[in-house]
Amino acid sequence: MNRRFSNRLYEFLVGLLFGWGLLIAGMTDPGKVIGFLDLAGLWDPSLGFVMGGAIAVGLFAFGLARKRTTNLLGGALHLPTASQIDRPLVIGSLLFGAGWGIAGFCPGPAIVSMASGQPKALVFVLAMVCGMMIFEGIERLKRRDSVSA
Amino acid sequence: MTIDWNHFTPWASLGGGVLLGLASALFVLFNGRILGISGILGGLLVAKPGDASWRLAFLIGMLVAPVTLGLVAPSQFLGPVRIEASYLLVVVAGLLVGYGTRLGSGCTSGHGVCGLSRLSPRSLVATLSFMAAGFATVYVIRHWL
Repeated sequence: MNRRFSNRLYEFLVGLLFGWGLLIAGMTDPGKVIGFLDLAGLWDPSLGFVMGGAIAVGLFAFGLARKRTTNLLGGALHLPTASQIDRPLVIGSLLFGAGWGIAGFCPGPAIVSMASGQPKALVFVLAMVCGMMIFEGIERLKRRDSVSA
Repeated sequence: MTIDWNHFTPWASLGGGVLLGLASALFVLFNGRILGISGILGGLLVAKPGDASWRLAFLIGMLVAPVTLGLVAPSQFLGPVRIEASYLLVVVAGLLVGYGTRLGSGCTSGHGVCGLSRLSPRSLVATLSFMAAGFATVYVIRHWL
């Protein structure tokens, strides 16, 4: 098996595992997500358990990754380098949170739910991709303006 | 505050969460990348040659998750879902989530799981921001309108 193929197989399997995790956790049910976000109504704390379980494992792995300059196979380690807490970070996250609260979908669960055959999840994912393309379009305009200025 | 005992699933959610953490761990330790869905999908839209195939492989893995889980696990995990929002609101929400996650450089997976696990102050601010906006939005929709 060549290296490139085994790498793609690995990414496929991690994506599969991630999708299973979302389904088992109940994240693909927007009613469950909104049940967590609805503090003033009937509150479903499940999502807190999802985050707790994920971060408990994550702390160990990222603690290990942080001490390294390569991944465990000796390849590149692409960890984020930005550290600035700036306006795009906060405004973007607020907009994301508003959309999350409206439909109960965040990107991962929406993609998995689309694959389960939910028509509304398909519409959500198409709109989400449009939102991402609008972002890229605006970024491109900004870059062009800054070059010509 | 009243707990919704009918929908509360502590063990399944904890177990699912552990799988999400495990996938994120495997990805950073052996692939060297942050497992963030908005970044993986958004990056695909502007990917240079050679940077697209790993993103596609990962997303295809996610897409086959429901059908494969249905073969090995009880059907409760693929049970009925509750989507209250109208199609119009679903479109508005999708646009906000797509634009917002790219502007804010991440979503629940990249900032919420990986970022908090990395103890990144940036991800903590992002997570608190989208959680706060989520709580506020649901409050307005369910209890004001």
